[in-house]
Amino acid sequence: MTATEASAAKAAVETIPGYPAGHAVKPNVSDYAAFRSGFSWDSARRELDGLPAGGLNIAHETVDRHAAGARENQIALRWLGKNGATQDISYAMLRERSNRFANVLRQLGVGAGERVYILTGRIPELYIAALGTWKNRSVVCTLFSAFGPEPIRARMAIGDARVLVTTPMLFQRKIEPILKQLPGLRHVLLAREQGDDEAVAGTLDFAQLLQQASDQFNIAATDPEEPALLHFTSGTTGTPKGAVHVHQAVLTHHATGKQVLDLHPDDIFWCTADPGWVTGTSYGIIAPLSNGVTSIVDEADFDAERWYQILEQHKVSVWYTAPTAIRMMMKTGLAPLAGRKLPALRYLASVGEPLNPEAVRWGVTAFGLPFHDNWWQTETGGIMIANFPALDVRPGSMGKPVPGVEAAIVKTSKASDSADTSVAIVEEPGVEGELALRPGWPSMFREYLNEPERYRKCFAGGWYLTGDLARRDADGYFWFVGRKDDVIKTSGHLIGPFEVESVLMEHPAVAEAGVIGKPDPVALEVVKAFVALKSGYTPSDALKKDIMAHARKRLGAVVAPKEIDFQQSLPKTRSGKIMRRLLKARELGLPEGDVSTLESM
Amino acid sequence: MNEQEIRDRVIKTLGGIVPELDPGSLKQAKSLRDQLDIDSMDFLNFLIALHQEFGVDVPEADAGKLATIDACVSYLAQALQQRAQA
Repeated sequence: MTATEASAAKAAVETIPGYPAGHAVKPNVSDYAAFRSGFSWDSARRELDGLPAGGLNIAHETVDRHAAGARENQIALRWLGKNGATQDISYAMLRERSNRFANVLRQLGVGAGERVYILTGRIPELYIAALGTWKNRSVVCTLFSAFGPEPIRARMAIGDARVLVTTPMLFQRKIEPILKQLPGLRHVLLAREQGDDEAVAGTLDFAQLLQQASDQFNIAATDPEEPALLHFTSGTTGTPKGAVHVHQAVLTHHATGKQVLDLHPDDIFWCTADPGWVTGTSYGIIAPLSNGVTSIVDEADFDAERWYQILEQHKVSVWYTAPTAIRMMMKTGLAPLAGRKLPALRYLASVGEPLNPEAVRWGVTAFGLPFHDNWWQTETGGIMIANFPALDVRPGSMGKPVPGVEAAIVKTSKASDSADTSVAIVEEPGVEGELALRPGWPSMFREYLNEPERYRKCFAGGWYLTGDLARRDADGYFWFVGRKDDVIKTSGHLIGPFEVESVLMEHPAVAEAGVIGKPDPVALEVVKAFVALKSGYTPSDALKKDIMAHARKRLGAVVAPKEIDFQQSLPKTRSGKIMRRLLKARELGLPEGDVSTLESM
Repeated sequence: MNEQEIRDRVIKTLGGIVPELDPGSLKQAKSLRDQLDIDSMDFLNFLIALHQEFGVDVPEADAGKLATIDACVSYLAQALQQRAQA
């Protein structure tokens, strides 16, 4: 290629400036390359205070150090209730309440390392409980409140939940049916709405315990490598995987909050993710608080009109949301934005699944700003690859690796006589392979709870293998291609087909079930099930609805299939494994013989 | 179509999306999202199904006006009346 050809090829790549020109606020990182080459995690550590008693504790870095300083009376969390109530919680108030919760745990005899589960909507108690749990050196596990009883049971059993914080409604609907199967659960604390004071046998009252507890608490010395968070994710087979993160993960959250989300001290930040998923804790709780900004917490579900109202009324300056929400806003159209003034809005980011180029551009149309896509997963704990403020956005690309993280495209192979996987780095640009990261960043998961073998398999040749397929262009931008396995990405959530199939199989009419992700313009994929019936049952709409109802009751709406198709029998390997890829090929009308092309779906 | 017919058909339509629905325990004036386990996709599908069932436009921008059964009934009654007059 000649120089002219090269520059012509380069000009063909669409780019959008990453930062509004001439904005009064300058990006924290103004030169990506220079910053990256000068960055080390040791230098990032200097932006944190460290625990007075020794070590590093997330709750100290996110709350106590600000409450003891100039940010004492600044609003940490601005909570917007779904019915119109609002509550401003300052850093000082957050310190006091989380101290109280830490004392509650201590009085209940809950020790360091024991798991405290939180199953609530986005209410203040969730944030207070998480922070207080870290102060007590116990481990936080948040569960998405839209899960049905079965995903909740599986996750509480694997993590041996000792304490559960939930609401009376969720307790009655989702916990009571499984309570007997959770022998390790010692205390259930109910966070009640005002006026809801009906006693529930076998539970404690969150507000009452908090009120009776002391508001003074000194965090004991915390080893930076102590477990702090347990987050579940799904694999192709088997039970959900409990990824464990440690206290020093806060380094990654703090640094990426500053570098990628461009958090400045005066920002009003809104992460729309639910803390039941990793984005909602890493960037809905930890990163904004460690950076000392004001965070919006909206209890309500997605509604375009409401969201624009929040952006305008609360002067949101940095907004972190998800592709499914952006695509729903695009479908809603620009009408609800008409007449709104959003001068404070400076930076938009998105995560959860690849953001299509139209959605990046739509940000410019609707808000005058592009959405900055970034990439990470439960296991990485924090943002790993991102479109940066100071770099041009390439619509459709996930961006470049964050400082302190080395990423590569690799090919893996396994000799038939060896258990070891060998890894070869693909240097050539534009070639598809598996996205791999060099271990060593602070928020990397430290284990899959109780499953050392599954953890070990994630690493080979000195790399963490992400299971995502991607390519890197000549300028170092990474582009997502697909999943290497059968895990389904829907509305930003990972769903394991096995978990869905297992519940379908419990239905008396179902003989076999195979579950795939069916491409969808809004959710990326939707869960679709293929079902073969036992003899004596015939396909009918009523039966389909009955199976659907069963799945939704057990799994919850987010995990259950949105579509069910009946089949005579399901395609299987000789060993009896259901061939999901073949089901998917048929669904997409691809040639069945050429199943290898589905590797990249 | 009278209001009761609209109501019955709204609930039937909802049952197509949320098959575990128990119409007897459905509170007509309470937010559907608060009393049912439905996600955003379900709600979008509900709007599409209402459009198919009643033959009137149900734009997503109007989602906020369809939060309860009562709200759906009055929204649809008005839309059907407008269509009849047009």
